[in-house]
Amino acid sequence: MATESGHGPTSTEYIQHHLSNLTWGKHPDGHWGIAHGAEEAAQMGFMAINLDSMFWSILLGSLFCFIFWRAAKKANTGVPTGFQNVCESIVEFVDDTIKDSFHGKSDLIGPLALTIAVWIFLMNLMDLIPVDFLPEAMLRWGGIPYQRVVPTTDVNVTMGMSLSVFALMIFYGIKIKGTKGFMAELTMHPFSSDNKIVQAILIPINFFLEIVALISKPLSLGLRLFGNLYAGELIFILIALLPWGLQWMLSVPWAIFHILVIVLQAFIFMMLTIVYLNMAHEQH
Amino acid sequence: MNINLTLIGQAISFAMFVAFCMKFVWPPLIGALRERQATIAEGLASAEKGAQAQEAAEEEAKQLITDAKTQASEIVSQAQRRSNEIVEEAKQTAVTESDKVKASAQAALDQEVVSTREALRGEVSSVAVTAAEKILKREVDANAHASVLDDLIAKI
Repeated sequence: MATESGHGPTSTEYIQHHLSNLTWGKHPDGHWGIAHGAEEAAQMGFMAINLDSMFWSILLGSLFCFIFWRAAKKANTGVPTGFQNVCESIVEFVDDTIKDSFHGKSDLIGPLALTIAVWIFLMNLMDLIPVDFLPEAMLRWGGIPYQRVVPTTDVNVTMGMSLSVFALMIFYGIKIKGTKGFMAELTMHPFSSDNKIVQAILIPINFFLEIVALISKPLSLGLRLFGNLYAGELIFILIALLPWGLQWMLSVPWAIFHILVIVLQAFIFMMLTIVYLNMAHEQH
Repeated sequence: MNINLTLIGQAISFAMFVAFCMKFVWPPLIGALRERQATIAEGLASAEKGAQAQEAAEEEAKQLITDAKTQASEIVSQAQRRSNEIVEEAKQTAVTESDKVKASAQAALDQEVVSTREALRGEVSSVAVTAAEKILKREVDANAHASVLDDLIAKI
């Protein structure tokens, strides 16, 4: 939707509108409802939920489950054809990646990595739908004022996943190494001394360094995905401000480049999850 | 850009999808993949085995052919030798036979010569007697002069 003179929204309004989630939450005056504009959404604080992000993310997650469930039902040792082959190739690729990077033994890591790879890919893929198609359709026929169709451009979604991975890292870290081993990993590295007093002084320094390293893992994991997709989406929105006849000259190259980005980001998220969980499984 | 309940909602749905995947998707798919891998490996191994067996069979066939050739050439050379022997034998026999024939012919000839000489002797003696009779114009006693005549005949 390019800016039209007169009754259309200005460029700033257009961009802001496209970057606002459909947030449902508790207004400051006490009643629950849809936030109109970024300001109202900010006032709701934590007690609010982005309906669009949740809708698309769960829809795409269910799509992933359905597709792979059907593939799993039909799986046999015969020659796979077409669609079945695609699913099995993805599973095989994930399995190979795990074999290369994960040296522990875990029943969770495979399904986890597969879910991450395919689900994030599907959510990223929504970025290639022209930015106005779904929001316009929903506004026209559903009366829904805000709509962001790419869940991974919502920091809540990416951080929700990276914090889940973080929780798993802590869980497996403690489970494999024991509470003592886990704490030792946080406090006895990278500086250590045989002298007990020196060691006591070094513990806070180690702890500070290690905790920063630990916290930075889920943060970088979630924000990397968010940042890449948010930036990509923003570029598409900016391109959409051009006169409609010229948009294809920029949006087509950017979309082609973005095909690489969406696959790469899904892969990076999966790969780092595997690596982090491998670190949690490794004994020192 | 607000952090809100979506974070938790996403974490919950993430957990649910992973659980679903863990229960219904991953095990059957990966099981089928592993099984197929095993089947393929088996097939490849048996193909390899088949190729090896074929190679061995070819080797054996080659060996058999070589053996047969050697045997055949042996048989041929034996036959040749035998035929040479037979020819030699035949020659030998022929030579012996011809010698025998020659010897008997010689003997017959000798016999003939002897008898002819004998006859000739008789003839000569009678001719000599007749000649002597004619010369002497008188009857000579053949018996009285036999020793003279015999000497004469021996000198012929």
